[in-house]
Amino acid sequence: MTEVVSGVETHNGGAVATPHEVAPEAFQRRILAAADAGARVVAYYGEGHAPHVTLTAVLADDRSGRLEILRSRVDGPSLPSLTPQLTELHLFEREVFERNGLEPLGHPWLKPVRFTRDGDVVGVTDYYRVEGEGVHEVGVGPIHAGIIEPGHFRFQCHGETVFHLEISLGYQHRGVEGGILRGPTKRVLHLVETAAGDTTIAHTLAHCEAREALAGTRVPARAQAIRAVALELERLANHVGDLGALAGDVAFLPTASYCGRIRGELLNLTAALCGNRFGRGLVVPGGVAFDVADPAELVERLAVIERDATGAVDLLWSTPAVRSRFEETGGVATATAQELGLVGVAARASGVAVDVRSDHPTGMYRLAHIPMSVATSGDVYARASVRWLECARSFAFVREQLTALPRGPVRVPLGPLEPASLVVALSEGWRGEVAHVVRTDAAGGLASYRILDPSFHNWSGLAMALRSEAISDFPLCNKSFNLSYCGYDL
Amino acid sequence: MTASANALLGTVVDVLALLALPPLLLGVINRVKAIAGGRRGQPLLQPYHDLLRLMRKGMVFSETTTWIFRAAPLVTLVATLLAGLLVPLGGGAGRIGFEGDLVLFVYLFAVGRFFTTAAALDTGSPFEGMGAAREVTWALLTEPAIFFVLLSLATLSDSLSLDTMLLAPATGHVATLVLSAVGLFVVLLVECSRVPFDDPNTHLELTMVHEVMVLDHSGPLFGAILYGAAMKLFILSTFLVRLALPTLDDPWAGRGVALAGVLGIAALIGVVESATARVRLSRVPNLIAGAALITAVGFLLAVR
Repeated sequence: MTEVVSGVETHNGGAVATPHEVAPEAFQRRILAAADAGARVVAYYGEGHAPHVTLTAVLADDRSGRLEILRSRVDGPSLPSLTPQLTELHLFEREVFERNGLEPLGHPWLKPVRFTRDGDVVGVTDYYRVEGEGVHEVGVGPIHAGIIEPGHFRFQCHGETVFHLEISLGYQHRGVEGGILRGPTKRVLHLVETAAGDTTIAHTLAHCEAREALAGTRVPARAQAIRAVALELERLANHVGDLGALAGDVAFLPTASYCGRIRGELLNLTAALCGNRFGRGLVVPGGVAFDVADPAELVERLAVIERDATGAVDLLWSTPAVRSRFEETGGVATATAQELGLVGVAARASGVAVDVRSDHPTGMYRLAHIPMSVATSGDVYARASVRWLECARSFAFVREQLTALPRGPVRVPLGPLEPASLVVALSEGWRGEVAHVVRTDAAGGLASYRILDPSFHNWSGLAMALRSEAISDFPLCNKSFNLSYCGYDL
Repeated sequence: MTASANALLGTVVDVLALLALPPLLLGVINRVKAIAGGRRGQPLLQPYHDLLRLMRKGMVFSETTTWIFRAAPLVTLVATLLAGLLVPLGGGAGRIGFEGDLVLFVYLFAVGRFFTTAAALDTGSPFEGMGAAREVTWALLTEPAIFFVLLSLATLSDSLSLDTMLLAPATGHVATLVLSAVGLFVVLLVECSRVPFDDPNTHLELTMVHEVMVLDHSGPLFGAILYGAAMKLFILSTFLVRLALPTLDDPWAGRGVALAGVLGIAALIGVVESATARVRLSRVPNLIAGAALITAVGFLLAVR
């Protein structure tokens, strides 16, 4: 008879005393049992270096809104891999091997994640190869034709059909997490803002909520409303930009041109909030750094933007040539999305209903609910239409918040952090779930800081979407995911 | 002015138009697309500036390439130019032209294509090989369409010379002409890598057809490629105009109508590119085969 261990239960943004470490066997059994019961792995990381590694796993039960934190100390060079039973751990285990040297025995494909070990050269590794008559290999990147981030994509093709796509990243590894731990404190916020530059608000929000939870600070209602407005504006700008870029990828010019402009207008709204188009400097621990002076003016500008965006995007849906390109391209089945642990737009487009704003709400989202937008077909069309559904709901949400902003201060001072505690803060960025896992030491300083960008979960979704797809449709599929390289590389 | 001097002047004007106007067509297409997209767009003469800029640049050659890589752009340009000299713009004959030149016309384009694809394979780049494969596959499908159009015209004009075929009035066979024009317009879009078959604006190598084959060329040779591609567009547009518009007795009026028609076709391409998206690559062969069928029906009506 084996003992039944369960982790410490908490919720999004709820600080708990650092959980006790359990035996590795119990730790692994519990993860598998929780996953069997429908839990999702939010984070799984190690501290220290083999032969002494402390593993932390964060599991989310999306139906009840509960998070479970498990910690275990592993003494030894290796641990049996859980990936064969639980696919969504494949990248986490590779990362623990790369960072902490703890080898997952029996991992099916133990490759580098970011090439950070001594002697690693980014991009130099064994790639999966398909051999045979008519099979050819196409390598794209890390230097691309457009002005985009570096990443290497290797296709195993037969004619125009892709058998297998392997994505190799790590070119942008900057050591964000290490930088946050080293301090100084003033630099930390800047590092968080640029963890993934297009997701500034979502990352700073998770970061600040984590610190506020550890300090026991309650953020004023007005600040919470402004934060939610900024998060939705970030979503709107990126979703509208993506819809335009999707149109551009199939050479449908009208929507591409209009959405490019409208994205700029939405970024300007964020600039009206804080002076920066990407929301840098807006969200700070304890609230927001800037109050909204004239919400009515923002509502007016938003109405014009909404009208223009609706016109431009409706053109997309009403053009059969566009729909025929989007439909049945780059499909990800619901089961695959679940197995890989996809999050955000990519998961919802494949029928996996996960959304931090609904499942684990914090701040203003506890009071003002945003309905979840879900599609089932999992193709480019589904990812595009989920984006547009979310836009419509975000427009309504921002309008509602700005017309009824709570009164009061927008910032309160932050106290010292609770020592020996751990907190998980989630926010729903425009790509999906952003998670920051923070642990403090006995003196109340930062002991570990882990950032998970939605891209970390979702790149393997793109690789699966390309199976048996035409290689000429890769750019379109890639755009429909539009994942972050630097958010993955950190 | 004597009749022969007039004819000579006409020939000079025809050749100058063939040499000078092709980049303007690209300017017109870009302008129409910009207006449809709510933008102001680049200057109408921007393609000329681009070509001049390329002519002043240096060139980079990959060590894996051979003489084919360097010769291909020039061979293609010369072949295209020769093909252009076979097509009457609107005046009478007087340039190269002989009985049976229609076969030469088609195979001059084939020579250009052969060298372009050979140069692409010469680089050893997987992208360029992919582009070459696509280009050749599509050419295989456009050739029947072109030949059905030529056969229809040969039947109607009872001649095997492009001069006679394109200048002789073919009234009374509207159906054949319309079907041939439709098929030829599709061929033009394919051959000149326009939407919905290719996207001349994309930077995404994996989706490209024609552009991807010339990624490794730079400087003046790249300029020669772009110039040759524009000239091909001009030639096929001229062909299409001559097919679709009535021939006038006055050669100068005929020239004027032809040039206006060519610009009109450029504008039409701009409209098509603004109104539709690219089709899936795997469906392109179906569309081209459809165009070939349309021209085949036109031919059947002509020989009936």
